[in-house]
Amino acid sequence: MAKRSAPEVNAGSMADIAFLLLIFFLVTTTIEKDSGINRKLPPMEEEDQPDVVIKQKNIFTVLLNGKDQLLVEDELMDVKDLRAAAIEFLDNNGDQSCTYCKGAKDTSSSDNPDKAIISLKNDRETSYATYISVQNELVAAYNVLRNRRALELGPQQGFTGMNFVEMQKSYKDARFVGNKTKLKEVINQIKVEFPQKLSEVQ
Amino acid sequence: MSKFKKKSDGGTPAISTASLPDIVFMLLFFFMVATVMRENSLKIKNSLPVANQVEKLDKKNPVSYIYMGKPSAGYEKFGTESRIQLNDQFAELSEVGAFIGAERAALREELIPFLTVALKVDKDANMGIVGDVKQELRKVNALKINYTTGVGDALNNIK
Repeated sequence: MAKRSAPEVNAGSMADIAFLLLIFFLVTTTIEKDSGINRKLPPMEEEDQPDVVIKQKNIFTVLLNGKDQLLVEDELMDVKDLRAAAIEFLDNNGDQSCTYCKGAKDTSSSDNPDKAIISLKNDRETSYATYISVQNELVAAYNVLRNRRALELGPQQGFTGMNFVEMQKSYKDARFVGNKTKLKEVINQIKVEFPQKLSEVQ
Repeated sequence: MSKFKKKSDGGTPAISTASLPDIVFMLLFFFMVATVMRENSLKIKNSLPVANQVEKLDKKNPVSYIYMGKPSAGYEKFGTESRIQLNDQFAELSEVGAFIGAERAALREELIPFLTVALKVDKDANMGIVGDVKQELRKVNALKINYTTGVGDALNNIK
């Protein structure tokens, strides 16, 4: 019995398929970018600087010991509860000078967000992973408050439904359509209203 | 008798290889686009912790990397304690200042204040070494730092 020859496959469109794939991957791949928590270190202290007196009630002490245990205001706490505790402290508004705060107005806690300072102290043996978690929760506390404020302020300036994190992202995004100078003003105002005062003890 | 009679020989026809270059080029382009050039080969264990309040590291401004972690397999002779790696080699704490100086010297003058130091620290490292490095950075006035992390729920860091 004679062997039948196989019909030749038309390969003319192969190049098209290849280009299609090439263009697809060109469009969809993103080169991975590093991300992380930005911090600013305090400058070295000069010698004869007067000591600034800060009221004890305006300081929120967070201590991480060598066994990765968290001590907040002299009480043992779980990391997952830290965010809520920090928000409560920052938003407290003890002297009632802060019109946008919704806190408990407890006179034994912080006066206003401008005076409230979070002090973070860690041991040499503290693990880096725990430290980052704590940093993350504290940054999150500020972001929660700033987001809330952004949702209040935004509509007046024409940025409805944008929270603080989205505002910052839009400001950096070159493709953002909208008034960037106005956006920057709103961002700066929120930053002044809820300043990130996080001090690290050496 | 027709002149256009099909020849009927039994041999298998050759598969056209005309499109092979296309395929090769496609792969070439794909990898060209998707590869990130690795700047340093790491001699330390470096699995980053995760966090969710992260900001993208702005590459428009200059970035210097400092790695910290335990020496990885093959470098056990450097001990089991966390070490600092600058560029391609292990470094002592005292070299951090000089490293920042060298990084600054390579920059255009107007960019120097924007230099960010990205700390890529292994999650099992302890804060002692990180604190020491931070202190060194303060001494040379390199105050903008970034704790490079992965993206994820920060509470997963703690077991």
